[in-house]
Amino acid sequence: MAYSEKVIDHYQNPKNVGTLDKAAKNVGTGLVGAPECGDVMRLQIEVDDATGMITDAKFKTFGCGSAIASSSLATEWLKGRSVDEALKIDNMDIVEELNLPPVKIHCSVLAEDAIKAAINDYRVKNGMEAIKFEESVVH
Amino acid sequence: MLKLPIYLDNNATTPMDPRVLEAMTPYFLEHFGNAASRNHPFGWEAEEAVDYAREQVAKLIGADPKEIIFTSGATEGDNLAIKGVYEMYASKGNHIITATTEHKAVLDTCKHIEKIGGEVTYLQVNPEGLIDLKELEAAIKPTTILIAIMYANNEIGTVMPIKEISAIARKNGVLLFTDGTQAVGKIPVDVNKDGIDLMAFSAHKMYGPKGVGALYVRRKNPRVKVTAQMDGGGHERGMRSGTLNVPGIVGFGKACELCMLDMEEDTKRISKLRDKLETELMKLEEAYVNGSREHRLPHVTNISFKHVEGEGLLMGFNKNIALSSGSACTSASLEPSYVLKALGLGDDLAHSSLRFGLGRFTTEEQIDYTIKAISETVLKLREMSPLWEMYKEGIDLNSISWAAH
Repeated sequence: MAYSEKVIDHYQNPKNVGTLDKAAKNVGTGLVGAPECGDVMRLQIEVDDATGMITDAKFKTFGCGSAIASSSLATEWLKGRSVDEALKIDNMDIVEELNLPPVKIHCSVLAEDAIKAAINDYRVKNGMEAIKFEESVVH
Repeated sequence: MLKLPIYLDNNATTPMDPRVLEAMTPYFLEHFGNAASRNHPFGWEAEEAVDYAREQVAKLIGADPKEIIFTSGATEGDNLAIKGVYEMYASKGNHIITATTEHKAVLDTCKHIEKIGGEVTYLQVNPEGLIDLKELEAAIKPTTILIAIMYANNEIGTVMPIKEISAIARKNGVLLFTDGTQAVGKIPVDVNKDGIDLMAFSAHKMYGPKGVGALYVRRKNPRVKVTAQMDGGGHERGMRSGTLNVPGIVGFGKACELCMLDMEEDTKRISKLRDKLETELMKLEEAYVNGSREHRLPHVTNISFKHVEGEGLLMGFNKNIALSSGSACTSASLEPSYVLKALGLGDDLAHSSLRFGLGRFTTEEQIDYTIKAISETVLKLREMSPLWEMYKEGIDLNSISWAAH
């Protein structure tokens, strides 16, 4: 299967690989997927408490090129957005941007799940209620 | 100068040896006859060429030429042997014994047998990829007619103890069929010394053309028969109808002859390269060889690089190096290789595996390039892997409750 140029570019030059201090109160961490399924994504956001803006985002991903590209793209999109705006990122936006084939849609779903998990982690740490999301359907 | 891409997927198929192509060419053009045409020189030439090839093929496995049935490849041979024995020996019984690491052509044929009323026992393998001979013997019943165990595995290269298996088969009056696809032409296989009753193999795994193979069917001690699975002109002693693929068969014969000539040299050189590749890659942390290293084909190694996913790993160099992975990261099949899982590997290690199949045309320069490219990609992806980070922090990955998706 041939990968799109954008997937190849993110794979070769991933953006925002790294680790934020998961103990920090203004950092939210989302860890989704499972090793036995062949994909694990960890996505982290750093939030400016005063403005509610995401000032930094980092990821680490175990998975195929599409999974790496989806998480790399997600971190790019997260930076500079407010937490509320970040919640609007839909997996199909990632599919479209990266030209993912149908068999790789689950990679984008995982990235969306990781964003939501990171936001909830941030919310809970800061005394807010976790948002209940609908279970992802496409896997 | 190193030419890219490098081909290291010789278990999938091998490039044709130019000497094979040379032998085949006249049989497409001037000698195009049908080997079954008895009344003119075109037919005679074709028949003569097929007879000669039959001798070349038989010689490689120590068989009599009359025991070679030409087929379209090993999948057909597997089907013909198993279904053919099942039908032919129906009055003796309906039980077949095989193993979980067999090729799909054997496993799916066995599933078909179950659907039509047969009984199949699937033996487990140990972490080396080998069956337990005691379990094999214990699985034999009065209704057992066939043991179907491959000579060597296509994913991990493990070579089964065929001699010991055939001794058990003989003692119990059961036929032994072996899928010799990966072994024939690579290691010495002798149907008499090994005690094989039926064996399927294929030309394109040994530098011959695609679309041609053979089924060896023993004629003496015991005389084995299979029921034909295709009706037609009664070619190949009535066991396989269909006009013979003369150029393919000529190429197959030549490929067998070359394997016989070159096997010792090839094995020496290729196994040295394989060992170099393996030794260098094993210098990476958390790298594991899958399957037996002792009972193994000389040109194969299968290595898992823990905490790196196979498909992602391949993407790092698959423009330049052709390899296959035990990981299947698609929504249709999240299941990794069933062979690796049968060894007892966790899904995580199975997802992290690469299969290397070296061949007659592999060079040391190619291996050096491969070692460097793979090592660099593994290190790069580990820097990107959350699992690697946790492992380095001493977190037990099994202690985390992963959300299966």
